[in-house]
Amino acid sequence: MRPALLLLCACLAASAQAPYERILNSASQPENWLTYSGNYQGHRFSRLRQLTPENVSRLQVKWVYQFRNPRTEVSPLVVDGVMYLTAPQFAAAVDARTGRNLWTWERPLPADLQTIGFDRTNRGAAILDGTLYVGTLDDHLIALDAKSGAQRWDAQVADYRLGHCITVAPLAIRGKVLIGISGGEAGIRGFVDAYEARTGRRLWRFWTIPGPGQPGHETWRGDDWKTGGGSTWVTGSYDPELNLVFWGVGNPGPDMNGDVRPGDNLYTCSFVALDADTGKLRWHFQFTPHDTHDWDSTHVPVLIDATFAGRPRKLIANANRNGFYYLLDRTSGKFLLGTPYAKQTWAEGLDERGRPRVIPNTEPSEKGTLVWPSLQGGTNWFSPSYSPETGLFYVAVREMGAVYYKREANYKPGTFFPGGGETALSGDRARGAVRALEATTGKRVWEFLLHRPTWAGVMATAGGLVFGGSDEGNFFALDARTGKPLWDFQTGGPITANPVSFLVDGKQCVAIAADRVLLVFGL
Amino acid sequence: MPLLSVLAALALAQAPVNEAPPDPAQGQRLFESQCALCHGQDGRGGRGPSLARPRLKHVPDEAALRSVIRNGIEGGEMPGAWQLSPHEVASVAAYVRSLGTVRAEALPGDPGRGAKVYQARGCGSCHILRGEGTGFGPDLTEVGARRSAAYLRQSLVNPAAAFPEDFLYVEAVTSDGRKIRGIRVNEDSFTIQIKDSNRMFHSLRKDQLRELHKLFHESPMPGYQALASGELDDLVAYLASLRGEP
Ligand code: HEC
Ligand code: HEC
Repeated sequence: MRPALLLLCACLAASAQAPYERILNSASQPENWLTYSGNYQGHRFSRLRQLTPENVSRLQVKWVYQFRNPRTEVSPLVVDGVMYLTAPQFAAAVDARTGRNLWTWERPLPADLQTIGFDRTNRGAAILDGTLYVGTLDDHLIALDAKSGAQRWDAQVADYRLGHCITVAPLAIRGKVLIGISGGEAGIRGFVDAYEARTGRRLWRFWTIPGPGQPGHETWRGDDWKTGGGSTWVTGSYDPELNLVFWGVGNPGPDMNGDVRPGDNLYTCSFVALDADTGKLRWHFQFTPHDTHDWDSTHVPVLIDATFAGRPRKLIANANRNGFYYLLDRTSGKFLLGTPYAKQTWAEGLDERGRPRVIPNTEPSEKGTLVWPSLQGGTNWFSPSYSPETGLFYVAVREMGAVYYKREANYKPGTFFPGGGETALSGDRARGAVRALEATTGKRVWEFLLHRPTWAGVMATAGGLVFGGSDEGNFFALDARTGKPLWDFQTGGPITANPVSFLVDGKQCVAIAADRVLLVFGL
Repeated sequence: MPLLSVLAALALAQAPVNEAPPDPAQGQRLFESQCALCHGQDGRGGRGPSLARPRLKHVPDEAALRSVIRNGIEGGEMPGAWQLSPHEVASVAAYVRSLGTVRAEALPGDPGRGAKVYQARGCGSCHILRGEGTGFGPDLTEVGARRSAAYLRQSLVNPAAAFPEDFLYVEAVTSDGRKIRGIRVNEDSFTIQIKDSNRMFHSLRKDQLRELHKLFHESPMPGYQALASGELDDLVAYLASLRGEP
């Protein structure tokens, strides 16, 4: 008892500090999980090797943390023995050895707040130096003292009464905290913001829907851009060498009625590369021009350094909601390759610039149009994983079709603006999978089938494992090279979250949220 | 729910007498544009649950239905439709109600005689009806509110053609060659739970099965196509009369 206590005290006193240099070198301290995706490259890869295909079958629950909200989506941070958790309007620091609270912070929810088209959720926090950064459903970015939970500053990002909401985990880089916004079903105009980490002063805003006079504005008709959507509700990635931030942009508004917004509707359904100092657009790549199926490109951009076509390249990879896997050059946004990784029936393929060759009559219609993938996509916000050791890109896949309907769309501020809907093929007509793709070709190397489409992300480890989850509550480990199932545990609730890994007392642990709990496993 | 919205919900429930009656056609249009994204274009579910059920979990009565539509469900994904006027809410509510209930039809058979056929044919050996019988197939206490007469007739004559969700017939062969047939009561990516015709539960791990077949076109329920047509009409009329009302 006593030695453990002393050790814990020692750890907590030592630091729980996350200076930028430490985050930058996250690869050299796999005992911690310092950003949403584990590193700036968006890999969700743990360099820990203690858990292996040989011993993973002995994993056991160490402790459980209980939340008040269902379908928890949090991806925890772990710094020097302290775990940081979030939920809607809530943050906590807990002892990573026992799950006991060190502090909690709460913020009341305005009575008239509505989340239009998505869960009341929060996917996690960012940490920089001694401060934890959390977004709230009522559109504030809050800075909390990582040691006490005391509020340092509160910046208003947007107005929730117009349908804006924050569910995304912020991204902290040198001196700045970046955040995106939800609200793509309410006809908002999306953006990515950067705030000064110390003061909460806004440093820049990049509008995802260009206004008059800005390049890209010509892809909108008249005033359509004002309700053009382009939300940014999944955390971006960062390349410190290029000083570029990469961020995924959501669907255009209204979602399913494209008639009322002719044009490509930039920069919806795109990745944008932004200068980290100024927020200026360096390049963009649009995956789905003039989207009518709600295929947000709100994915974690995965930055890969690998040999492509005979020479080392700085790459960016994405398994997109539209069913295609893409590889781009991240210095220029140049399209390198694209190939389906999930069932899709809307495009014959991609042309040499990566633009889809759309099959006629696959748009939503009055009577309904059956298309794969469904509105929730071939995958969704939950994270993929890249292992530099196997060179594989792992993605949790939803094999589900839907009948898409087009309906009238009338914009009223702060209300639902979908312009249609879908009826997904549910039950035994849909399924899920975890797939491993060769990152530089998109070629499928293996798959592990899931009973139903999943909402859980994946995490690969240097020990040769891939962790994943299912909507039926299974948390499981696969062999990273073969996809063979090695261990599984029934958590009792749907898993709609991403796994993380870290050390406690020098022993590797894996954490996953499942419905109202967070479980921590170890040997 | 905050006290204020409870009060608002109550105020809403006590609709003024002179309010125009709800308009289910308008309700359908509103449903298709505002709710279908989650509940499916036909209300049979998607991201949100199917609303085509006679009893809804959060909705004990009409006031609760209107309140759920207007205010949403706390902590969940169900948003409030604050943009709708009280009359529009009432219209959507009327439409939602219509999804869950099959209207009573005029049918040729005689329900009283149908009840006797039900007894004589031993349907209760597989079904529970008002608490009596054996729970192998679906509970039939409210089946008339859930299913049309045409569907009921079909499920008697050709049970495999109209099997309800949650009652998939499966066959598993274990690695030691045992064959287990029954209703799939649950399944995940690693396990399956089966209830066999002796009402025994089987817990099986998929990696220990040699084969697992989903028998989409078979049913454990015998077909009653051989019933005299009068008897069939009576039985259908009886089942259709089972609307869960006292
Ligand atoms: C963003 C998705 C979404 C939209 C839009 C939505 N719903 Fe829901 N709805 C849900 C979910 C999810 C639930 C289940 C909530 C729970 O059980 O906590 C639900 C529950 C309900 C229930 C209660 C069902 C029960 O079993 O008690 C009703 C009634 C309902 N919705 C009606 C509507 C109507 C009418 C509309 C349109 C005005 C609508 N919903 C729009 C997602 C949605
Ligand atoms: C051997 C067991 C068995 C017997 C006997 C049996 N049923 Fe069934 N019944 C089932 C099962 C299992 C289902 C669900 C699967 C299916 O429909 O194929 C079912 C489904 C039904 C349904 C459809 C219910 C729904 O919600 O869709 C009806 C109606 C029904 N039975 C009526 C009867 C009647 C009336 C009798 C007697 C004449 C009868 N059953 C005898 C097992 C049985």
